[in-house]
Amino acid sequence: MPMPIENVDTDQIIPARFLKATERKGFGDNLFRDWRYENDNTPKKDFVLNNPIYSGKILVAGKNFGSGSSREHAAWAIYDYGFRCVVSSFFADIFKNNSLNIGILPVQVSAEFLDKIFTAIEADPKAEVEVNLPEQTITIIATGESEKFDINSYKKHNLQNGYDDIDYLQAMKSEIQSFAAKSMY
Amino acid sequence: MSQIPTTVFDKVWDSHVVRKIEDGPDVFFIDRHFIHEVTSPVAFLGLESRGLKVMFSEKTFATADHNTPTINQHLPVQDPLSANQLKALETNSSKYGISHWGLGNPKNGIVHVVGPENGITLPGMTIVCGDSHTSTHGAFGAIAFGIGTSEVEMVLSSQCIMQPKPKKMRINVNGKLGKGVTPKDVVLYIIAKLTAAGATGYFVEYAGDVFENMSMEGRMTVCNMSIEMGARGGIIAPDETTFAYIKGREKAPKGEAWDKALAYWKTLKTDAGAKFDQEHTFDAADIEPMITYGTNPGMGLGITQHIPSAQATGSGKASFEKSLNYMGFHEDESMLGKKVDYVFIGSCTNGRIEDFRAFASIVKGRKKADHVTAWIVPGSHIVEQQIREEGILDILTDAGFQLRQPGCSACLAMNDDKIPAGKYAVSTSNRNFEGRQGPGARTLLASPLVAAAAAVTGVVTDPRVLMAD
Repeated sequence: MPMPIENVDTDQIIPARFLKATERKGFGDNLFRDWRYENDNTPKKDFVLNNPIYSGKILVAGKNFGSGSSREHAAWAIYDYGFRCVVSSFFADIFKNNSLNIGILPVQVSAEFLDKIFTAIEADPKAEVEVNLPEQTITIIATGESEKFDINSYKKHNLQNGYDDIDYLQAMKSEIQSFAAKSMY
Repeated sequence: MSQIPTTVFDKVWDSHVVRKIEDGPDVFFIDRHFIHEVTSPVAFLGLESRGLKVMFSEKTFATADHNTPTINQHLPVQDPLSANQLKALETNSSKYGISHWGLGNPKNGIVHVVGPENGITLPGMTIVCGDSHTSTHGAFGAIAFGIGTSEVEMVLSSQCIMQPKPKKMRINVNGKLGKGVTPKDVVLYIIAKLTAAGATGYFVEYAGDVFENMSMEGRMTVCNMSIEMGARGGIIAPDETTFAYIKGREKAPKGEAWDKALAYWKTLKTDAGAKFDQEHTFDAADIEPMITYGTNPGMGLGITQHIPSAQATGSGKASFEKSLNYMGFHEDESMLGKKVDYVFIGSCTNGRIEDFRAFASIVKGRKKADHVTAWIVPGSHIVEQQIREEGILDILTDAGFQLRQPGCSACLAMNDDKIPAGKYAVSTSNRNFEGRQGPGARTLLASPLVAAAAAVTGVVTDPRVLMAD
């Protein structure tokens, strides 16, 4: 799914008025709400999510994706809609952490490679892009062009094995307890 | 014996690392955790589904602010979804023994206002909250930043989060600020120079005599907006101004504990020769009152300047044009004289007593412009009380303004305080994103002085022309 817009902030991903649930469900319906729907809730024809020619689990976006608010709801909305990977040339820090924490893989590529992906999708809306986590590569299938991406080995291990930080922290409670005992606050 | 020179950021960060993970994040201990109604309910659900407890309930503080109404707070909250979130915060706090300042509590207010004013925020602490403007607390020499809901659950259950240590940036501003130039203008200027993503991946230390001479309220405004250039947070080394602000506040240390804490806080300085990954230096004399013209906080300019071209800003043409189209503006236009429909003063950026003093200094002896709707929203009940006691309320009332009750209000428009589509709002808040203040709303970020000048003239006005010499 191509979205060649820069600085997509979390207020666009999910506007604040849709943050009022006390459970984590249904956020995908309001993903990109104000870009996706008119005021009367009819879909905006020119918005990419409403164009049936595009599909897939990878969202490809312009630089500085996910800036602004720390709302994890933004990552939940992307996940709930069905994306499992976001590709951009630059991510905001909190969004990147939130994504990794809920099982979305943020793939940071060079500006040149991002352009190549957009060009490939422009040429063929069904162009396939493959993200390989074990190898840490992203490949444009049609052209065979590929690039390596970074992820620290701790997070990679977690994603591959379905562990999370809470599991890790629970396993070191006594170490935290003795650390806390020395704190002046 | 010589030690490697370190920064105030290193000193606080390194003393909070419980464990270092090779090729992974640090296990990072959190001293203070603030929670509010919007980003905490799912974290509590997570605790319950895993059968976990809150590890240190005395280190977490709850306040209701994001979706609370700013009028008739004594009545039941009308919006059932908001009411449900407020109830969840109250129930969860009570269940786990967490201090809760809900609606109606005299200590209630915006989380980043009430933390400092009650002495909960202290130098050398690590502070997190499920809100990106947690960076505010860095004004005290604390490491403070926003986190997601999964991380809220981590802090509740283990008082730690997993964080890679950010890179370090120092921003120096030296010299004397000109007439009408406030801390908000300083930070909007810095963001305009560095862009909305210019500090992503970094933690920023603010240094130089402009910050040394700044009040705590001003330092909070600056650190608050660190996130608007992508920074993980901002920090200012604590000094006598910091200590004087904290002393005597309700939850600040007292007696011997104060002396011990003070001795430690005085060590929280950046050593001469300490290394930064990036450093920028600006001259205070170059800064004028600022205003934004676009849809991210980096799109700001001096109020007498003209809107630049996409080329001049270095941003992509399509994104820049999309932004100007949304705002209804054109390249090379002047901002001065543009009609303003709404004025909002408040938020965790500019909702403190100094901000209302500044606003009142312009409003005094003038009248609100007839076509302007103004929302004047104190950051907390304590600020509201100060506004009354200092006679600011009388000035506002004489000029035709009404004071509302504390909360985040029109900053993010989760309550009823929404700017209508297409209308222009001069706002002292922190984000001018599309729809931030309501679907279709057009936001011009500025200082309380610029907001006041717009409120009395009805157009974008340089506040310096309304100020006495």
